[in-house]
Amino acid sequence: MEGAAEPGNLAGVRHIILVLSGKGGVGKSTVSTELALALRHAGKKVGILDVDLCGPSIPRMLGAQGRAVHQCDRGWAPVFLDREQSISLMSVGFLLEKPDEAVVWRGPKKNALIKQFVSDVAWGELDYLVVDTPPGTSDEHMAAIEALRPYQPLGALVVTTPQAVSVGDVRRELTFCRKTGLRVMGVVENMSGFTCPHCAECTSVFSRGGGEELAQLAGVPFLGSVPLDPALMRSLEEGHDFIQEFPGSPAFAALTSIAQKILDATPACLP
Amino acid sequence: MEEVPHDCPGADSAQAGRGASCQGCPNQRLCASGAGATPDPAIEEIKEKMKTVKHKILVLSGKGGVGKSTFSAHLARGLAEDENTQIALLDIDICGPSIPKIMGLEGEQVHQSGSGWSPVYVEDNLGVMSVGFLLSSPDDAVIWRGPKKNGMIKQFLRDVDWGEVDYLIVDTPPGTSDEHLSVVQYLAAAHIDGAVIITTPQEVSLQDVRKEINFCRKVKLPIIGVVENMSGFICPKCKKESQIFPPTTGGAELMCQDLEVPLLGRVPLDPLIGIQEFCNLHQSKEENLISS
Repeated sequence: MEGAAEPGNLAGVRHIILVLSGKGGVGKSTVSTELALALRHAGKKVGILDVDLCGPSIPRMLGAQGRAVHQCDRGWAPVFLDREQSISLMSVGFLLEKPDEAVVWRGPKKNALIKQFVSDVAWGELDYLVVDTPPGTSDEHMAAIEALRPYQPLGALVVTTPQAVSVGDVRRELTFCRKTGLRVMGVVENMSGFTCPHCAECTSVFSRGGGEELAQLAGVPFLGSVPLDPALMRSLEEGHDFIQEFPGSPAFAALTSIAQKILDATPACLP
Repeated sequence: MEEVPHDCPGADSAQAGRGASCQGCPNQRLCASGAGATPDPAIEEIKEKMKTVKHKILVLSGKGGVGKSTFSAHLARGLAEDENTQIALLDIDICGPSIPKIMGLEGEQVHQSGSGWSPVYVEDNLGVMSVGFLLSSPDDAVIWRGPKKNGMIKQFLRDVDWGEVDYLIVDTPPGTSDEHLSVVQYLAAAHIDGAVIITTPQEVSLQDVRKEINFCRKVKLPIIGVVENMSGFICPKCKKESQIFPPTTGGAELMCQDLEVPLLGRVPLDPLIGIQEFCNLHQSKEENLISS
């Protein structure tokens, strides 16, 4: 990689946040999506880069399945989700001919596409670029960090669920962040308990305490616990804007609080 | 870190080393020599090694966090309840090896013997292998690119002294990438009985699982069936059922109908993990395996 960053397509992007886990299925894409929506509701211009090539979940979560990607003079135009163009998205999901087509690629080919996603998507002016990643500490993560490093990402949001088996993987992800010099902005604990809609009893479906323990262990901020929330689940399934539609829902408070912490932790822009 | 050309055709493609985008790539000469295209001698070695393994089952998903490792561990334990059956559980999730923790084997180490690596035995008839046993600390991250992960999987299949085994269960990471291609390629000559695919009821899982089913068909891996995990939650207090992960698009049942694959069963979300459910599920799994 060349030393100084060429301005290129990320020149207008003020802050880059990676959402990582190490563990699969903890809610990285959910947190990426809801964080982007919350930041947008706070008046920010947001882009989401989905580098999960095998399991690209974000298009569906934002109701954007089947949208086409167009070329423009600066490369690929991201898919805009609204008329105001305040939220945009790039995902391999848009490049597949059929939605059920499997992307069966080995590392080098995945790396090449991720580099293209970083350098060849015409993001334009953005306050935040949220980068959703697949589980693990492998090709995609290394490629994304290498490609984004010259643009000095703000840091990483690390997502876990409360159980030991997640915390175990996420500890390794924290090591990965340390080794690659990526600052950890904080830990988010997802799927933190379920309140029975019939009797209001709260059950720790996936055990408890892992997120806070992890944050303490790693010496990073604990940003909050997001409970299991069927309204959130449905919004994601149906591609709705949860932040707009369910302000009274259990997960809303946690997600908006996390977004606020990110806003508070963002340094003021240099002129 | 190596620079890979934007349009790398892939080391095993016909264009390897010859394509326009190969110019300047450090691996160009190697690829052009056809080294990537010759069959790996390890495939025959693994075929020999696997002669003592009667049945091989892959547990796949495509989606992360649906319960592949949980299911693999419980299937292994369930099958091992018969003391006369020898079970092997191989964890090829190199970045996120969960099996040691789930099996209560954290901190165990692997030993070398004259006949190869010895698996860690949790019971006399249940041996386990995972990269987790090779790491010295729970914070150690395995930050490897594809080729190195493939090398590890090759070693697990070729160099572990499994002995006489009735069932080898292979737990995989999420996705359809290096690990999955490698395990299918390395076991190509040794015959895999089939794959059990795990999902949860939501569309966000099913959309990845459909890809996994297509992957299996592409690589001609027989599909034993699909298990729907986290299927409903019974409140421990009022005993009423809720759908935490709602099957908004018909769940695994509809997907299995559409894609013509068997639905092997549904497992509910239970904070204690319903042992009874798993025992019943294991029974039906055994029957399916024996008949396949």
